[in-house]
Amino acid sequence: MSSEQNKEMKYKAQELATKQRDIGVAEFFARNRHLLGFDNKRKALLTTIKEAVDNSIDACEEAGILPEISVEIIDMGNDRFRVIIEDNGPGIVKKQIPNIFAKLLYGSKFHSLKQSRGQQGIGISASVMYGQLTTGRAAKVISKIGKNEPAYYCDLKIDTAKNKPEISNEGTREWNKDHGTKIQIDLEGSYQRGSQSVDEYLKETAVVNPHVMIIYTNPKAEQLIFPRATEELPKQAEEIKPHPYGVEFGVLLKMMELTEAKTLQQFLTTEFSKVSPRVAKEICEHARLLPNQKPKKLTHEDAEKIIKAIKEIKIQAPSAECISPITASLLEKGVKKEVNAEFYASVTRPPAVYRGNPFQIEVALAYGGAQAKDKTCNLMRFANRVPLLFQQGACGVTKAVSSINWKSYGLNQSSGHLPVGPLTIVVHISSVWVPFTSESKEAIAHYPEILAEIKLALQEAGRSLAKYTAKKQRVKHELKKRSYIQKYMSHVAIGLKELLDLDRGDEEEILQKLEIILEQKRGKIDSMEFDPTKNTEYDEEWAKIGKEDHKEDESGEEQ
Amino acid sequence: MSEENQVEQKIRVIAESVHKAIQKTKAPELETPIRSLSNVAFDKKEGFFKIQKKTKRRTLTASTIKTFAQTLRMMALSEQLIRSEDTATKREAYYVSKNWGDARFSEQPESDSVMDDIEAMLGVNRERMGFVPGDHGGSVAGELVVIDRDFETKKELKIDCTKFGSGAYTIPSSVEHLKFETKAKFILAIETQGAFERLNKHQYWKKSNSILIAMSGVPTRACRRFIRKLSDEKKLPVFVFTDGDPYGFGNIYRTLKVGSGNAAHINEFFCVPQAKFIGVTPDDIEKYDLPTHPLKEVDVKKIKDLLKNDPFIKEHKEWQKALQKMAKNKMRVEQQAFAAHGLNHVMDVYLPEKIKDPKSWLP
Repeated sequence: MSSEQNKEMKYKAQELATKQRDIGVAEFFARNRHLLGFDNKRKALLTTIKEAVDNSIDACEEAGILPEISVEIIDMGNDRFRVIIEDNGPGIVKKQIPNIFAKLLYGSKFHSLKQSRGQQGIGISASVMYGQLTTGRAAKVISKIGKNEPAYYCDLKIDTAKNKPEISNEGTREWNKDHGTKIQIDLEGSYQRGSQSVDEYLKETAVVNPHVMIIYTNPKAEQLIFPRATEELPKQAEEIKPHPYGVEFGVLLKMMELTEAKTLQQFLTTEFSKVSPRVAKEICEHARLLPNQKPKKLTHEDAEKIIKAIKEIKIQAPSAECISPITASLLEKGVKKEVNAEFYASVTRPPAVYRGNPFQIEVALAYGGAQAKDKTCNLMRFANRVPLLFQQGACGVTKAVSSINWKSYGLNQSSGHLPVGPLTIVVHISSVWVPFTSESKEAIAHYPEILAEIKLALQEAGRSLAKYTAKKQRVKHELKKRSYIQKYMSHVAIGLKELLDLDRGDEEEILQKLEIILEQKRGKIDSMEFDPTKNTEYDEEWAKIGKEDHKEDESGEEQ
Repeated sequence: MSEENQVEQKIRVIAESVHKAIQKTKAPELETPIRSLSNVAFDKKEGFFKIQKKTKRRTLTASTIKTFAQTLRMMALSEQLIRSEDTATKREAYYVSKNWGDARFSEQPESDSVMDDIEAMLGVNRERMGFVPGDHGGSVAGELVVIDRDFETKKELKIDCTKFGSGAYTIPSSVEHLKFETKAKFILAIETQGAFERLNKHQYWKKSNSILIAMSGVPTRACRRFIRKLSDEKKLPVFVFTDGDPYGFGNIYRTLKVGSGNAAHINEFFCVPQAKFIGVTPDDIEKYDLPTHPLKEVDVKKIKDLLKNDPFIKEHKEWQKALQKMAKNKMRVEQQAFAAHGLNHVMDVYLPEKIKDPKSWLP
């Protein structure tokens, strides 16, 4: 074999290898739309908006900008919609735009352990690809990174075979804003109000992101504005290194390959969080490896030994600085706006860890009031401030809620199911890495540590709910007893009037005195009647969004 | 002050105490004695059941307010009856309450019970409050003239109880005004109408110079009062003849002699402590070779209950022995069983023999 041939062979092999990987990504997702949340037209529209909005908010927060996001959906007929999302974020440098919007699995978030909405770097480019596949049209992007810079614009398509962006019609122009990004995607979709709609998604996003302002124009050209409830940006979550407890075999191998550390001990202390030289030495001892070995020379067997050693050693839990919860009071405030109830409770758990990933659970309960008494409770799930609208049944949150005995908190429940009664349950999980059951990020995986934390939080909130429902029950009984007694007090008065030949005035006096005696005897009681005006946060118009009856909506469309 | 005025006065005193409490904004209450076997004791000296001190309180609580109101309204009805010199049966009183809206009674036992409570509270029998029982008081035949009044003319009315043929004189629901003329030697109180009719038809009262009274089951208050009054006024012994079963002993005879548990507040007037039980006793079954029936489960239960809870039985060893013997032999006997030895065996042999032999009686 000549060196020429050898070179050519190598070249071909390399090309083959890259092709294989590219086909693997873009083609695979093109054929498995459902995994990304494009199962049907209605969901496709929602997913596209969700990915764009999530990215916009992440970008604003990272840059310390109070997010202001405009979402516009235009009905172009024949099940085609144009979606335009514009933000006031930091903008994207020209070089990165094609990769971010038109290359799958490209992103800054996949390799960093930091709490954010997007995780895999699939979402928005998948939307671009979906639009392209269903309408044949390119996505249009414009972005500006600073006051004195011109805005860059381009049309983007994805070469699905190679997973590479195709740029056309690019240039720069004036854009009347300091910084920000706008993306326009045409796609095949279907718009419906009600639950699991774009409306509901945007509203719930506003509930758990009170610092975000959203201006939303729906396909019927009605504009809804979700104003900002606070001028304060949430605490910026810090990026952390992986914690040894969560590391998997494949990841460890990759880390060992890429590290710049010279020794195993250095590798352990610099690439992981909470590993001090002492802990690193301990790991090496348990793994029977020398601390001064070169990481790149470690074998698969050595990696296995390290994983085993990590499990045997006590390592401090990862720091919670990387988590930015909504806080119980803001969560409760959001629920109050949405649900006019009689009783609210919220609980924030201390941070906990699953497989080395720190996470934190927050819950809120809203009980009674205008809510239906004989229906399954309303469960609202959020992960890293993103509402989860699909796959409730498969979600770990649902499992945790169902495993609690709600009967002891005054609700009905058939065992193993969600409780029945006038209750809204809100659960929010924040984590550097939220474990979803699939790439479409709809349901949270059933990690025992996460389920346990959700349970503990709900049980704590449930206990204060139980106090309320028990009091309500007591007052109800007491009122029933009192009205029963009052019913017969008039007969006591009549009896005495007849027995003692009294007149009507005496009878009245007896009744009045009996009322006083009754109150003295049984004490004053707090009124537990629902006062719909008490909750000043409640916004009726707001609450209606995303709650429209589907049937009604369909008949409306026919007209 | 007439008797009726006294009752009215008692009612007013109670009503005023309730009214005064209310005027002082104090919780009004009515206290009535508890009427049950658990709150009576057998008074050996007097010879009847006496009510004890346990009381129940009715006031402004969810569990007592309804009866509290009903008691007042029932008292008002009584007052009205006394004032208008009218009477109402227990059934009628129950129907009057149907006008009371929420305070109406849904079943007659409820109104009867409230009536009994008022009796107990006032310490007077309900006839004096204007309430009369609806059921008749028993049948009488024999050597007795009852002196009643013509309701219209108020003239004396003499009723000869030998002149009813195969029928009988019926004891009225109120007997206080009756007077008696008799030369009879004793009164025979009989449980069943059947046994009474056989003795009446063959004029047993003539042969034995007696007065026969059919109680037809547990004697009514009027029947008890009639026997008591007749026995007291004419100094006549009272013999009781019932079926030989726990019901005959424990309910019929015991109630006649010492009164009932839930009306112990008025037993003083409605019992016949001088009554003696002549039969049918468990000993008689052997002595007269009588056909028997096996005891039913309820009979066995009743015997146990009597031995354990009845203050009268607990006071009398003879009765305990008789009941234990019945329980041991597991046999009961009916009054009519004597017919096995000939239809007239009971009056020709059994009754004369028994009446002559006090040792064969039970107390």
